[in-house]
Amino acid sequence: MSVDTSKVATSNSSAAIAKKPSKAGAAANWADERLGIATLAKKNLRKVFPDHWSFMLGEIALWSFVVLLLSGVFLTLWYVPSMGEVTYNGSYDQLRGIEMSEAYASSLKLSFDVRGGLLLRQMHHWAAMLFIASMFIHLLRVYFTGAHRKPRELNWVIGCLLLILGMLEGFTGYSLPDDLLSGTGIRSADGFMKSIPVVGTYVSFFLFGGEFPGESIIPRLYTIHVLLIPGLLLGLIAAHMLLLVYHKHTQWPGPGRTEQNVVGFPMLPVYAAKAGGFFFIVFGLATVMGGILTINPVWLYGPYDPSKVTAGSQPDWYMGMPDGALRIMPGLETHLFGYTLPWNVFLPIIVLPGVLFTILLVLPFIEAWITGDKRNHHLLERPRNAPSRTAFMVSLMTLYGLLWAAAGNDIIAIKLHLSINQITYFMRGAVFVGPVIAFILTRRWCISLQRSDNETLLHGYETGVLMRSPEGGYTERHLPIAQESAYTLTVRDRDPVDDDVTTTVDANGVQGPSGPLDGLRRRLRTLMYADNIQAPTRDELTEAHHHADHEHELAAAMEGRPADGHQFDGKHELEGEPLRKD
Amino acid sequence: MRLLNRSAGRLSRHRRRPFVGLVLMVLGLLLTGGLYSAFAPAQAETTASDTELVEQGRELFLVGCAYCHGQNGEGNLTVNGANIGPPLAGVGAAAVDFQVGTGRMPLAQPGAQGATKPTTYDDAEIEAMAAFVASLAPGPAVPAEADYSLAGLSETEREEAIQRGGQIFLTNCTACHNYAGKGGAMPRGGAAPNLSNTTPEHIYEALLTGPGNMPSFSGGNLNPDEKRDVIAYLTSLRELPKYGGFELGGLGPVVEGLFAWVVGIGGLVGFAIWIAAHTTRTTKQKGEAA
Amino acid sequence: MTDLQHDPQHDNLPAINDSVSDPGLPAHLWRPTDVDPRLEKRAERQVASLFVLSMVCAVLFLVSYFALKVGDNPTVFLGSGASNVALGLSFGGALLFIGIGVIQWARKLMDDHEIIEMRHPAASPPEDREATLAALSQGTEESGIARRPLIRNTLLGSVTILLAPVVVLLRDLGPLPGDKLESTVWTQGMRVVRDVVGTPIRAADLEIGDLVNAEPEIIFAVDEEGEHVLEGVELQVAKSKAAVILLRMDPDDNTPGPGRENWSVDGILCYSKICTHVGCPISLNERKTHHLLCPCHQSTFDLADAAKVVFGPAARPLPQLPLAVDADGYLVAQSDFTEPVGPSYWGRDSG
Repeated sequence: MSVDTSKVATSNSSAAIAKKPSKAGAAANWADERLGIATLAKKNLRKVFPDHWSFMLGEIALWSFVVLLLSGVFLTLWYVPSMGEVTYNGSYDQLRGIEMSEAYASSLKLSFDVRGGLLLRQMHHWAAMLFIASMFIHLLRVYFTGAHRKPRELNWVIGCLLLILGMLEGFTGYSLPDDLLSGTGIRSADGFMKSIPVVGTYVSFFLFGGEFPGESIIPRLYTIHVLLIPGLLLGLIAAHMLLLVYHKHTQWPGPGRTEQNVVGFPMLPVYAAKAGGFFFIVFGLATVMGGILTINPVWLYGPYDPSKVTAGSQPDWYMGMPDGALRIMPGLETHLFGYTLPWNVFLPIIVLPGVLFTILLVLPFIEAWITGDKRNHHLLERPRNAPSRTAFMVSLMTLYGLLWAAAGNDIIAIKLHLSINQITYFMRGAVFVGPVIAFILTRRWCISLQRSDNETLLHGYETGVLMRSPEGGYTERHLPIAQESAYTLTVRDRDPVDDDVTTTVDANGVQGPSGPLDGLRRRLRTLMYADNIQAPTRDELTEAHHHADHEHELAAAMEGRPADGHQFDGKHELEGEPLRKD
Repeated sequence: MRLLNRSAGRLSRHRRRPFVGLVLMVLGLLLTGGLYSAFAPAQAETTASDTELVEQGRELFLVGCAYCHGQNGEGNLTVNGANIGPPLAGVGAAAVDFQVGTGRMPLAQPGAQGATKPTTYDDAEIEAMAAFVASLAPGPAVPAEADYSLAGLSETEREEAIQRGGQIFLTNCTACHNYAGKGGAMPRGGAAPNLSNTTPEHIYEALLTGPGNMPSFSGGNLNPDEKRDVIAYLTSLRELPKYGGFELGGLGPVVEGLFAWVVGIGGLVGFAIWIAAHTTRTTKQKGEAA
Repeated sequence: MTDLQHDPQHDNLPAINDSVSDPGLPAHLWRPTDVDPRLEKRAERQVASLFVLSMVCAVLFLVSYFALKVGDNPTVFLGSGASNVALGLSFGGALLFIGIGVIQWARKLMDDHEIIEMRHPAASPPEDREATLAALSQGTEESGIARRPLIRNTLLGSVTILLAPVVVLLRDLGPLPGDKLESTVWTQGMRVVRDVVGTPIRAADLEIGDLVNAEPEIIFAVDEEGEHVLEGVELQVAKSKAAVILLRMDPDDNTPGPGRENWSVDGILCYSKICTHVGCPISLNERKTHHLLCPCHQSTFDLADAAKVVFGPAARPLPQLPLAVDADGYLVAQSDFTEPVGPSYWGRDSG
């Protein structure tokens, strides 16, 4: 089972270093004598990473962050974070002579008068969209495969913090060019802040340095955008990566891949090449997108002016979810004792994202509480093998997706010739009904897939070969699957059976201590596992195979006869096997 | 090589390019010839007096419009008092030229908003109908080219007109028609149309008459120069190079988000699948071949 | 809790299913490039040519950078900004080809034996934990923090009170709101002027169906020396609250709100342009229905019915500006708005 790792490719000869210290060897020596890095490097240079496309989604986020840092530094060389008014006198005809903020004027300068400035601006914006999008899909991959379970709960929390910081970072960046669209965004943000009970107005006045728009918001957002949040992001990313290295990557179960090991390619050279190559690909794709796809044409929006607005005023995609909630929220407001509580703003934009984010943050802990599972998990679970978990995330995704779509209701209306009013009415109902339907459908779908797996295990795979019996009946021949596949399908957690779940009486008949939430927990636990299909036991498999063998014996009578189709079962050479013997 | 046009940029330079003059001259010749061939056999009609034109328009109106707008353009009400066709007295020739010239009228089907389609009438017929409707009551006339063209202004004046027009556009028009004039949604299925291909004349007429649910921008709202400047700004956008590449419809962040997911994430996940995919294997052993 | 009865190592959850025994890692299969030197050479050339392509792209980038103009007189290719497209494609190509080349190298030529690494438990060994705890308690003991509550408590107190200066330092981020949100620059007799151009509006000049985006006169006013009265921040703040829309409708269509019968002039009505939802300026007007739509979140107001909300998330009507006509026939305000404009806030009704 063990693989001889000494067999390295000839192209990768490291023997030369050992024979005669090369320059690189000398440099390594010099460094090691001062830093002692060899001990650390010894363990990590050949660190194993399992290979699967879905393990690279987080890498997209990491590399887009690097692209953001690089392109962002370039932009700061020209961008002026100031709301001081200047008269534009640059290259863009349509705005020459117009009063605008220095921030907007410098964005125009970057776009028109600095060679490559527009490219870097667009790259930065595209990379920001990719950064957050890839964090989302990475999060989904982790959750759907159960990689958030012990011991990785804290890394999940760090990931969630990265996600929310990334979105804040995006929003502050979106606001910096001070064009009409970003100004509209800031103005809405001012409205959001004012909706907070008691302190809202103070928050707004302190952030804006007085009444909206003031002259402080751009420089303040700039500090947050280039210093505060990137610093936090860097720190958290470092922690995220360190924990990844410490825990070692999870892997899909399969022959030779167990909870105790990790099978894959070594960091040096294969993974370094693949990850490094992927960095260039992410960088390259962001550059190509920045080169040929216009994003945020600030010159068309014009400078921000509090009396102007444009149709299709939307935030960037990642802010779409709360924006959609804001759009479909009915106009509720409470006036009481001389105070106003604008539920129509406060609920969708402050409370809802807060609640959803908190749910996300505590998901691993809630799951561990419900299941009572305290084991370490390094093998991933297929989404179908945790139907309730998968269904829960799909229903969250449905809610997110519906709210997200609601934020584009005007564009949907003009592109699909619908009415924004009807879309809004539909969404008001759909956000409540949709997630429930999605939960039920996904759960049943997963269970069906589990059944189908068991079918394959017990009765073999469908060969596509039709057999005719002497009586004239037709059957499809099933053949047992290879042991490797059978192992991959069966090696998964055996869910606790109902009896385990519902009782609090231990083996000695003593009533266990029960807390106030025990009932809830038991019900959730029942829901979590109810209806799940368990992988067949060894006995079931043996019996099924006996049964199959018996059938094969019956069928054996036909072996060797023309057109019985057995020669196409994938186990015979097809050379010289005619379909029909004439 | 004209494909690689090195001298775009300042608006004025577009007009100064030598080949523009050539193109304009050819166009002018073609137009003159075309008009001549179109009108030469019917010379008598082109000199027809206003009364004749109105009479010709009335006949066309009776056939094509009177069913909804009434025989004398008095409008038509349903039993519950809703308009089938609004009264036309006072809408002026500009409204007819706009509604019929953009194909909105005759209406293809009743609804909140008439859709544009290829016109049913030729220019002479539209002119006749416009004359008839204008004869019902005084209203805005069809604008002359001088009303919406920047011809005759100095280069500086032109640039200033475009800059002022841009600010007026962003204040008065973008709320419905979007920052690039690409259109937007209105309540209950309505839509502010995309202005990218609307002729200056029709834009001017729409401003004057306020077609459908659009507010009007009469002389007391935007004076003629201001209307001209808005049109100049819009036409200048059409000549604007696409500085950043494909415009993605000019509809803002929704479409950008779509591209980030489909092209960006789609492409990168595709690469990830390739990177992690198993390479082709062979059953041969090392050293066995060759 | 049920799990409390169980040792965490032996909880009631059955372990992994073991109905099929682990066949172990499958035998390594060679790639065609491993066994056939011809293919190996070819892959090598392939990778090298990708790197060469990258170099070509980098050179193209340099050429485009210097050859294609930006600024006043940009080079245009097929209607697009040539500089941006060429720089993006060449630089993107240079990066992509390196990436593809390196990955191709890894996939085809680098050794591809999977290797196995054993995991270790995330937790430290028990003896380490004990040693750590011992060190901790020894350190605590030696510091004497438990034996000297006076020191401990005063230290806690001083650190806690340190928060106060930190918070107070932020006090000057902005002034207190006061009643600033309750008024705008509109005053009695101030003319309503067209936005952008700043010209006053004669009531008689407006036709039914006209919608004017307007501002108070002071936004464009200049003093004797030709300086703007309002500039910079002051101007922006004034604009952000005082912007209005003016529209003329058939007076018969209008149902004035109670006490607002004389706020209009011949069917000319004036409303705040600032949405009562979150403050976007709104001016999407439907001429026939007199409905005004906000492009940000689609709140719809009926301007013929005191701007009441007919659809969408806004909860309050748009504030109305009482209009009058001055001696020269120009539209003026009777007073400031009678309520705060813009989005709701906590203390809104207290004044």
